[in-house]
Parts: sequence; structure tokens; C-alpha cells
Amino acid sequence: MADVNRGKRPLSPHISIYRPQINSITSIINRITGVAMSLAAVLIVWWLLAAATSASYFDFVNGLLTSWFGLLVMFGSLWALWFHFLGGIRHLVMDFGVGYDIKSVDFWGKAIIVLSLILTAASIYCLSTF
Amino acid sequence: MTYKTDMGRVKGLGTAKEGTHEWWIGRLTSVALIPLTLCFLWKVAPLIGGTHAELLAAFQSPFTAITTILFIMIAFVHLAGGLQEVIVDYVHGKAMLVVLLVSTKLVCWGMGFAGAFAVAKIAFGA
Repeated sequence: MADVNRGKRPLSPHISIYRPQINSITSIINRITGVAMSLAAVLIVWWLLAAATSASYFDFVNGLLTSWFGLLVMFGSLWALWFHFLGGIRHLVMDFGVGYDIKSVDFWGKAIIVLSLILTAASIYCLSTF
Repeated sequence: MTYKTDMGRVKGLGTAKEGTHEWWIGRLTSVALIPLTLCFLWKVAPLIGGTHAELLAAFQSPFTAITTILFIMIAFVHLAGGLQEVIVDYVHGKAMLVVLLVSTKLVCWGMGFAGAFAVAKIAFGA
């Protein structure tokens, strides 16, 4: 009996047949932002190593990070950081078994997207002012 | 056709045996990263685009140096765990899987150590 229907069993429905929902969107954004921040993490280490090496090397890497492309990566990563930060806290809260009802899931899913944009704008304002 | 029972065939499959540990390290590092990320954004992010002298002066503060070293090392442990989770989800084929798992983990450890060393060198007087 052990080999009945082996290899012909139905597979779990593929992701493409589901309508995207706020919880699936925030889930995949959390993963994408986490992976995407690898680039900024390596750049920051390079920047610190340059600072530990010499003033001229620091100026070179610092100039790269503040070029238009560098700033694009830095500000993009800042938003990724805030989103992942808020998404991570939400995950930690949900690990306690709370916030699983549909109303909370929908509300907090949208809330972390809006909050991440507000925090990004606020921190860019602070960084450019001080 | 196999004569093994259903139970006999699936026993020992389907688990990496260390899943709970990896999950727990993910949570532990994420909790540590909440205050450390805020410290980094507060103390280090404003130094990007500043002068070399300003950066050297900032890391003379033990608070800035210690929280930055902790942030970098724990962030790379967290990143290594996260990348591993993504790799095991999406990469099929044993050889590629092993190559990616080993290389990402080694690069993450190397990066974490390099960042920590750079901050320590500056703090102790570059």
C-alpha cells in the first residue's frame, strides 16, 4: 500500500494562484528588504575599514556613498531598515500569539508600510539637518 | 515498489533537526538589534558624508564604539541566518545549496569581524 499514488499526489497550490493580500505582501517585503540590506551592510563595513585605514581612503569611500547612486542605495536601505525593523517587531509580537485576527492583520500590515515611509522621511530630514 | 511502511519511509526525513535553534537565534538577534539599530541610526548614520576627523572623534565615545561593534556583529549573525532561510527555500540541487550556505555564512562572519575590527582600531586610535 505504501506506494499508492506516489509521484502523482496533488501539490500544494502554487503561490501564483493566490490573490495577493496585505499579509502576503508584507511577508515578502520583509524578506526582500532583509536580503537587499546585504549591500548596504557590506558598504558600511567597507566605509568603516576605509576610515580605519587612512583619511584619503575614507574620502574616496565616503564620496562613493554620498554620490547620487550611493545616496540612492543608502536612502533605499534606510527605508528597508525601517520596514524590516517594524515588520520584525510585529513578528516578535505575533510570536506571543496575539494579533492574528483578520482586522489586526489588515490594520498592522498597512500601518507598518505607512509608518516605514514616515520614519524614512523623518530620518532623512534629521540626517540632512543635523 | 518498496516494502517499507509509510512510517518507515518518512522517519528521519523532513527536518534539519536544528530548526528550533535557528529560529531562536533569529528571535534573539532581532531583539538585540532593536536598540542597537536605533543607536546606529543616531550615532553613526549622521557620520556618512562627514569628515574623517569627525568620524574618528565620534568613535572615541565608548558608547558609540561598543554599540556599533555589537550592532555590526549581531546584524551579520542575523543576516547569515536570514540568508540561510532564503537559500534553503529557493535553491534546489545539493551542490549549489552547499556552496551558497557555506559561502554566505563565511562571508557574513568575515564581514562582521572586519567591521568590528575597524571600529576597534579607530576607537583605540587609528
